[in-house]
This record gives sequence, structure tokens and C-alpha cells, in this order.
Amino acid sequence: MSTAASGLAQIGKSVVIKGELSGSEDLYLDGQVEGSIALKGNSLTVGPNGQVKASIDAKAIVVQGKLDGNIQASDRVDLRKSAIVTGDITAQRISIEEGAFLKGKVDIHRSDGK
Amino acid sequence: MKLFRGSSGPEGVPAQGSQKLTRRSSGLGELSRSWESVENLCVLDLGSTSPANIRHFTEHGHRIYSEDLLTASTDPELMTKDEQGAPTLDSRKFLADNLVYPAAHFDVVFCWNLPDYLDESLVKPVVGRLWSVLKPGGMLLAFFHTRDAGPDSPCHRFHIIGSDTLEMQKIELRREARRGPTGAVHTAVSDGFKLQRVFNNRNIENLFRDFASIKFFLARDNVREVLVVR
Repeated sequence: MSTAASGLAQIGKSVVIKGELSGSEDLYLDGQVEGSIALKGNSLTVGPNGQVKASIDAKAIVVQGKLDGNIQASDRVDLRKSAIVTGDITAQRISIEEGAFLKGKVDIHRSDGK
Repeated sequence: MKLFRGSSGPEGVPAQGSQKLTRRSSGLGELSRSWESVENLCVLDLGSTSPANIRHFTEHGHRIYSEDLLTASTDPELMTKDEQGAPTLDSRKFLADNLVYPAAHFDVVFCWNLPDYLDESLVKPVVGRLWSVLKPGGMLLAFFHTRDAGPDSPCHRFHIIGSDTLEMQKIELRREARRGPTGAVHTAVSDGFKLQRVFNNRNIENLFRDFASIKFFLARDNVREVLVVR
């Protein structure tokens, strides 16, 4: 894992990780991960080359690549047009670009508890 | 029932067409009126992933499931042969991989024009599964072309933009992955999904015969909207 000048931790596209991934900083993931990802209070970006088979728990999640697993975001989820997501999404807010593919449930939990 | 074309077995991803048409939908209007005062609906959208539809329901506090069955039906792994050796799709495998939900889970299912474009071997098994995942009293909306629509009627994506208004977006191209004789997968771009058949009213009533009620709405664009209640 490297840290760019911006302070964002990065996992490059040639990296393969199997297991539990957790941290307390924002993460850009362009490689392959299989297992689970927990970044409570931080954001995760799955880059266009990213291939993730994992459940994800983070504050904000942006998906540009392929994700197979459930997403739990305490704030928001952005599915970009190249996103291919199979799994259920729970978040306070969601944004889906035209062209994104989703197979799964979308459940929005408002901050007022709705 | 009038059949137009046989099934194709490629894996495909619908390309996003730019042409968009707006149309009124009496079926959607009736559905909207029925859920006006209902909270926390569980909705299943069987069309291509639609940001508009997801926004429409989540903004009202409902849960929505998105599953593009037409694209899923083009998985080359589904190709098999029937007893006569003719190519067909494996409906058991299809239902093992898709529409996997608890019984009586959904309040509303949007089929859109799926039955007209889905391979013949999958239509009845899919409708049977939809019956089981709908709650008693749950509603399903489907669109069927009339004979006047012709065999080249394009397949559309449907976006809900109002309580009785839809935006239709033509699926123009799709990427295909075909298995060659050596087993290798070749990709190509082809026309969008083809109309497989035209159901008449009796075919439609037979298709949904296990449901409690069925209501037809004839639209001006050679489409019958059908609202069925489990």
C-alpha cells in the first residue's frame, strides 16, 4: 500500500489482497480484494481497475470498478458509470450515474432515523 | 401467440441509447395511487439499472431492488439442449442464479417489457417465480406489444419521472460474448434485444392465471399495459 502526496492511501492495480482490510484513513483501491473492508469514518474509492469481492463498511464509498458484496455507508455511496455492483447497498444518500450496473437492494437510511 | 425469433445465447450488456421518449402510463398511474399512503414498500425493478427509478422510490423511503433479467438471460453459461437436441436456455440454472428472494417479499414488481424480449424457455418459469416472491395483494406491471407493433419494435429501458409518466430509452446496441466451437469466448457488438413474440390477451391471461386479478390498459403506442395482483 502506498500513500500519495495527497495523503490518500492507495492500493495499486497489481495488488491482490485476501482477508480483512481495515484502517482509519481514506483509501483508493485499484487492485483486487477478497474478504472484508472496514474504514469506519473514512472513504473508500474502488478505481476503474478495482475488483472487489468483499463486504464494505465505510463513511463514503465511490465505485468505478467491479464490486461483489454488500455496501454499508454511514454517509453516501456513488456508483460511477463504469461501476458493476452485485450486492445490497445501505446508505444515507446514493448517487448513481447513467450506465452503472446494479444487481441488489438499495436501502436509504435518513439521518433522522427513517 | 406469434413468435418472431428464436433465442440467442450470448452474454450481453445493453448499451445506453441516447434517444428518450416520454409517455403516460395508466398502469403506473394506478399503481402510484395504490401506494400513495403506503410506507416502506419493497419494490423490484427488473429492467436495466435506472438511477431515476432508484431515486423515485428511495426518496419516498421505500426499498428498491434492481435486477436486469434480460441481460442476465444472455449469459452463455445458460445455453443447453432440449430433448430433441435443439438449443435452449437452462431455466433451472437461470432461476438458481437470478430472482433469488424469500417468498412473499415484494409489494410491487416492475417487469416492463421483459416478457416480450425474454427467451421463450424462461418466460413461464420467471412468471412463476415472480408469483412466489410477490406478497399476496402485491402488484406487477408489465408491458406487451400488440401485433401492430411489428417484429422490429425496439427494446426500451423505462425510467419513472412522475406518478404516471415514464421516460423510454431505446437499447440500441449490446456487447455480446459468444462461445466459439473451441469454447473460446468472442466479443462483438450487435443490435439491441429483439422482440421474441407477441402475446394476445388470452396468452397474457394464461401467463398470469395463478394471479388473483388482471387489468389491461391499451396505450396509443401499440402497447398493452398489464397490471396484475397476486
